[in-house]
Amino acid sequence: MTSTPPQSPAAGAASDAPAAPSPHDEPTAAVPDPVAPDPVVPGTAVPTAAAVPAAVPAAAGPTQAVEVIGVDKVFSTSGGGATVALTGIDLTVAPGEFVSLIGPSGCGKSTLLRLVGDLVEPTGGEVRVFGEPARAARQSQRYGIAFQQAGLLEWRTVAGNVELPLQVHGVKKKERRERARELLELVGLADFAGHWPAQLSGGMQQRVAIARALAERPPLLLLDEPFGALDEMTRERMQAELARIRLETSTTVILVTHSIPEAVFLSDRVAVMSPRPGRITQVIDIDVPGRGPAPGESGGAPAVEDAVAEAEDVREQAAFFQAVTAVREALRAGGGS
Amino acid sequence: MTGPGPRLAADARSVADASDAADASGAGGARRAGGVSGAGGASGAGGVSGAGGVRGARARARLAVVLPPVVFGIVVVALWEAYVQAYDIKPYLLPAPSEIWTQFRHSFRVIVDTSKATGSNALVGLVVGLVTGLLAALVAASSKIVDGLLAPIAAAMNAIPIIALAPLFNSMFSTTSSVPRRLVVAIVVFFPVYVNTVRGLRQVPDVQRELMRSLAVGRWRFACTVQLPGAIPYLFTGFRVASSLAVIAAVVAEYFGGRQNGLGSRITSAAANTAYPRAWAFVLAACVLGIAVYLIAGLLEWLATPWRRGSGSGSTART
Ligand SMILES: Nc1ncnc2c1ncn2[C@@H]1O[C@H](COP(=O)(O)OP(=O)(O)OP(=O)(O)O)[C@@H](O)[C@H]1O
Ligand SMILES: [Mg+2]
Repeated sequence: MTSTPPQSPAAGAASDAPAAPSPHDEPTAAVPDPVAPDPVVPGTAVPTAAAVPAAVPAAAGPTQAVEVIGVDKVFSTSGGGATVALTGIDLTVAPGEFVSLIGPSGCGKSTLLRLVGDLVEPTGGEVRVFGEPARAARQSQRYGIAFQQAGLLEWRTVAGNVELPLQVHGVKKKERRERARELLELVGLADFAGHWPAQLSGGMQQRVAIARALAERPPLLLLDEPFGALDEMTRERMQAELARIRLETSTTVILVTHSIPEAVFLSDRVAVMSPRPGRITQVIDIDVPGRGPAPGESGGAPAVEDAVAEAEDVREQAAFFQAVTAVREALRAGGGS
Repeated sequence: MTGPGPRLAADARSVADASDAADASGAGGARRAGGVSGAGGASGAGGVSGAGGVRGARARARLAVVLPPVVFGIVVVALWEAYVQAYDIKPYLLPAPSEIWTQFRHSFRVIVDTSKATGSNALVGLVVGLVTGLLAALVAASSKIVDGLLAPIAAAMNAIPIIALAPLFNSMFSTTSSVPRRLVVAIVVFFPVYVNTVRGLRQVPDVQRELMRSLAVGRWRFACTVQLPGAIPYLFTGFRVASSLAVIAAVVAEYFGGRQNGLGSRITSAAANTAYPRAWAFVLAACVLGIAVYLIAGLLEWLATPWRRGSGSGSTART
């Protein structure tokens, strides 16, 4: 199953029961279901459009997952001044694509992510998500977001926090429980379901926030330095999980990170940003072989250990180092100018 | 970079898991210890079946909290007694603790009855003040206009000593009515509850706001899911302050005449009759009543905020 991108026949088949457990659950029980598909007309699913809403505009060509067109963002400060956070941002993310934003602190990465999520409004320009204006996309729950701070509700247990998006959207209790359990297992916190957030370490809280972002199987994931507080080993494991989830569910991901290897390892493209004013100086295509669906005939997804092991292989390739060097250079060039 | 092989990576993962488990169970243990001591004796049956060592440590921790003030209290009372005996201090200046205790036992029935009267005034006022303070805070937090109206009034009212209104309220109602006292208590309680709750309802962290916005929930849902639960610790901060003020207000309000059925009226009449040890015995009862109400408020807070049962400063400190 892993060798087949879920876009193909699977996408049509899965459209009947969005919340039903994936039929090919395997021993690790950490397999996320395919992205809950929108009411795609059966049989019409185009490979690249698996996660696109049915109401695709009549415009030619496949709808992009995210389109940021000439966006500026100016924050007015209380003293009457203004902070130019972003200028002239153009970024297009195709459905199923994984794009990382990287750049020095304060260059506007989080702001750009917030713009896509319609959590701040652009001063100029336009943001479209799956063909809709960002606002409409937010209202119809097209994305899940994990913020730079975990932002857990301290009066809810860990499981309660993961269930939050499901609960506010009226999912039944039993279903919520089940989904939370599954997600907590995925992020390695199955034993902490009943704990309070205050009893977890920062990195553990961050993982709960990631589980929460995944809860509704959103077609777009916005992740703001989600692995920043993790140790190297947990981080690599989470990266492997993210890569797997993304491949299995054809989720579109925008990831903010400070780690060049992380960006290179996970991304199809890396957008390099520079500060004052924040802009995208370069977008680097990453082409490191071996990151795609693992070749093989096995019926289930690889165990996490295998995924981590494969990740090791990827990281040792010459292509990987070349990409890392390219991003580093782009960062240096952006910072120096 | 000669990366570790697949074996090593797998091991590292389980190491990470194990360390997670260890650090969180440590936190859990500390929490339970704090929680039980916070509840006082109330949760005797709630002892978590832990290792004997843990239980011993917990008992020792509780002893460390309780013992110093108890010892201190005993020492102070002993010195007081010794001082009065040694210098033969007159009772109208300072009666001996032993004398107060004798009076306390002697008038125990009356003390219980009058404590009930004053205590019920305090409780009724407390509940009324709590409910109105909470409702006013909800309205103020949801409407800028109402807040604009209430904020200056609240500030002005808070500046006048409410107790000064007691004689005026007395003349508004019949002499056998308990209403004026309860009214004084309710007003005294209203302000700390109102002010703290409004603050709590306002101080929703930006992340939580953005999270709920990303989930596209309506205003009502936002209020129920984030705003209200987040304000609960603030509400209880106000309520704890209010609970100690309530008993003080209930006792002092009786000093200004009206019905002679409470601790305050007994204190004034005993003092007027130069029965000083007896007056002190009623003061002692008022102290006990105040502490009892405060402890009840603390217990309610403990019950209502299970996520904050950390060991004191352990959980997120909110003022
Ligand atoms: N709500 C706000 N009000 C005013 N200024 C803001 C606000 N949010 C961000 N800024 C400003 O916008 C700029 C970019 O901030 P942003 O948080 O997007 O940076 P970042 O790239 O995410 O940095 P980091 O890597 O440190 O998280 C900063 O100069 C910041 O001061
Ligand atoms: Mg940021």
